[in-house]
Amino acid sequence: MEKTAEKTNRPDMTVEIAGVTLQNPVMTASGTFGSGMEYEDFLDLNRLGAVVTKGVANHPWEGNPTPRVAEVYGGMLNAIGLQNPGVDVFIERDLAFLKEKDTKIIVNVVGKTVEDYLEVVERLSEEDAVAMLEINVSCPNVKEGAIAFGQDAKALSDITGRIRRVSKKPIIIKLSPNVTDIVLLAKAAEDAGADALSMINTITGMKIDPESRRFVLANKTGGLSGPAVKPVAVRMVYQCAQAVKIPIIGMGGIANAQDAAEFLLAGASAVAIGCMHFHEPDTALQVVDGLEDYLVRQKLSSVRELIGAVRE
Amino acid sequence: MNQKKKKIRAIVRKSERIAENIFSMELFTEEPLSVRPGQFVGLYPDGEDKLLLRPISICEYRKETGILRLVYRVQGGGTKEFSGWKEGKETAFLGILGNGYPVEEIAEKAGGETGSVLLFGGGIGIPPLLALARELSAKTKVTTVLGYKTEETFLLHEFEQYGPVFTATEDGSCGTKGTVLDAVRENGISGDVLCACGPTPMLRAVKHFAEGRDCYLSLEERMACGIGACLACVCKTTDIDAHSHVHNARVCVEGPVFAADRVEI
Repeated sequence: MEKTAEKTNRPDMTVEIAGVTLQNPVMTASGTFGSGMEYEDFLDLNRLGAVVTKGVANHPWEGNPTPRVAEVYGGMLNAIGLQNPGVDVFIERDLAFLKEKDTKIIVNVVGKTVEDYLEVVERLSEEDAVAMLEINVSCPNVKEGAIAFGQDAKALSDITGRIRRVSKKPIIIKLSPNVTDIVLLAKAAEDAGADALSMINTITGMKIDPESRRFVLANKTGGLSGPAVKPVAVRMVYQCAQAVKIPIIGMGGIANAQDAAEFLLAGASAVAIGCMHFHEPDTALQVVDGLEDYLVRQKLSSVRELIGAVRE
Repeated sequence: MNQKKKKIRAIVRKSERIAENIFSMELFTEEPLSVRPGQFVGLYPDGEDKLLLRPISICEYRKETGILRLVYRVQGGGTKEFSGWKEGKETAFLGILGNGYPVEEIAEKAGGETGSVLLFGGGIGIPPLLALARELSAKTKVTTVLGYKTEETFLLHEFEQYGPVFTATEDGSCGTKGTVLDAVRENGISGDVLCACGPTPMLRAVKHFAEGRDCYLSLEERMACGIGACLACVCKTTDIDAHSHVHNARVCVEGPVFAADRVEI
């Protein structure tokens, strides 16, 4: 009895994305968290709203040459190039591991052609454990596919529509910030049938070592993430939330509950933690706990009251 | 043996400059650690502008005192900050990371007491070999060849307690002028198994020099997570790797120590 009473005093942390109820709005950002296995020493995966996996292709991908990462002020650049073992190994190993956990599984899908994406989407559509698919059309680090679909409204609309027709799971389109007007892309994805949006993917950047006069990354350019990108991400979430009706998963440099609250206030229905896991491996969990405390302090009974509730 | 990775609280007990840009830091940890030679820790700068861990190899760990010794080179803003840390400074590092050298296997392959292991250390690759020399010297004969830029050597005398030590310097101011392999040729040094840690050209040369003998190389690569999730620090492997099923092993988890014939460098 006591326990129930205590529980009802705590704020309601659940949110809903495309008909899927998450126990809280905190996810991991694709590419920073593997499939969660490596982070088990640091945090209880059962307490996360969702685990968003590293990108999965139809075949294994080698990724880019090294160095693949570089630190920059308040963040980092990465050009991993979507190294992954392919969907077969993913289902056998990673999904088998994740499905034992009490969290929602969102699989990030990558491809070089539309057909590549469709193949992975079809395979994962048959897996009951998969809650949603996040379509990565915004990785700045691979030459073919990926971002080519995410920077052009027509191409984005086309791939979204085709995936929507074959997917038995809700699809989240992950948007690139490397565009003139992200709202146009957000609307294009919504109109083509996207069930949700996630933003932002990394911002293309570059670092040069003045001593050696060389590019620091073998790929020359890499995606910027970390606290340095957060104001850009919050602004983009806000703009898109004004323009679309589908839910938005906000991310970009979230380090703590205050940062997460910013994204929710800007209009995100959930948030994802990425780069900061490299600084503090249990950041996502700290955000879950911190957000609950924040709601208590703000005298809110549900985290959903925060969504888009920024005051003019 | 596989202890949980975590943030481990530590206090700086001693920090000193031991050569140009080379610093030795002793960290005390309350909790006992399980450490193999060649493993490393992730040390974080305090500045909020710097997010990533600095992977630093463990020079020595003494369970009886709880002292973990790191010898590192000041290379950028993060390591520069570490060099300014004073006794009493509190921090928390990520550890213990990486696989380390398989000491038993190396000693056995060398033939135990009747065999010998040849250690090659170059520059900031030297520190992790100290613990390796110590552990191996209890099981087999150890000869060490250390390469420095100049006569401003470091850790040299500490290696001498575990077996013969030869040096090579770029400018010839101490030992053989040239590389560690020049020192091997000049002094007619031999060994049944080879272990090396240092710059890639040196590792490449040692791998070539091994000629069929068992050889273990400790590699270095830019890292982000340090625990095998981000796939930044990969190296090319001859076989299909177990994690991504391509030819990329993770230096932070499957390494940093690899059998030389398993990696392409």
